[in-house]
Amino acid sequence: MTIWLTIAGMALLTVLIRASFLVFGQRLSFPPWLNRALHYVPAAVLTALVVPMALAPQGALDLSPANPYLVGTLVAGLVALLTRRTLLAIVVSFAVYGALRWLG
Amino acid sequence: MKPSALVLAGARDSLPMLVGAAPFGLIFGTLAVGAGLSAGAALAMSACVFAGSSQFVAVSLIGAGAALPVIWLTTFVVNLRHALYSATLLPYARGWSARWRWPLAFWLTDETFAVVEHRFRSQGAAGGQWYQLGSSLAMYLNWFLWSAMGVTLGKAVPGLAGWGLDFAMVATFTAIVAPQLKQRPALAAAAVAGAVALLARGLPYKLDLMLAALFGVLAGVVCERVAGRRVPA
Repeated sequence: MTIWLTIAGMALLTVLIRASFLVFGQRLSFPPWLNRALHYVPAAVLTALVVPMALAPQGALDLSPANPYLVGTLVAGLVALLTRRTLLAIVVSFAVYGALRWLG
Repeated sequence: MKPSALVLAGARDSLPMLVGAAPFGLIFGTLAVGAGLSAGAALAMSACVFAGSSQFVAVSLIGAGAALPVIWLTTFVVNLRHALYSATLLPYARGWSARWRWPLAFWLTDETFAVVEHRFRSQGAAGGQWYQLGSSLAMYLNWFLWSAMGVTLGKAVPGLAGWGLDFAMVATFTAIVAPQLKQRPALAAAAVAGAVALLARGLPYKLDLMLAALFGVLAGVVCERVAGRRVPA
């Protein structure tokens, strides 16, 4: 029974967070500086999610070329930057990552 | 553009995200089963919560026998970044009715946010609710199906969670962000956010993420000011 209560609570919290501004902030009008600041949300948040996983996948800093997460991330970034093709970047980097893991 | 064309465009532009999220859904399903959730509960979580990273944390907490308030508090903090997405999309959502805002808020994931924010910023938000609906539905169906696949496989292939499929998320987010880094303020935002996230990693309740987001955005704004010119909107 608890599991359903757990899920219901998680669902409620999550939708309220996502609705915070979109639904409840309808009358809110941001000052121009804030609007500009929000332009940097994607770059900041997504990078913050990626960097610890790439550089410290086990918790400790691992900058060695034998760290498949690090090499894979570099490959993903490079392919995306050069070709601007997201799907290609994901597939190629995953292949490199997989090969490194498999070899290592 | 007609609404149907916009829905299709939203779904099509989300294709890379669908591929990136697939392994993630797969691992979620296997982990959930491994943590003792029934297939029904695991799928209900994917259908009702629809937030991958918090679902991961929740099943590991459930597996460890954590108390209910702990699971809820963790969910809240892990998903707090979505409030930033919600705020970022607000200026584009001025004309949307509540009938649109609620479901699109429910479906607001990292991936859909990245896709629609890019579209609205570069091409304007006319008919944006249809476009976002397309991305949302594609991501939602994809997440549910791959979770279900994971639940099924989890019983058959117990070691699947240890295969390192979590790299898919890293690859997806990196591929989204990298092209943006040609603009110097975005590069500053990313560099500072990444550095703070790395230094602050392991802070309780994933506070490291919010801290990193805050400093990253700040760095972007400062860099923009210093450069003395606005980034093309």
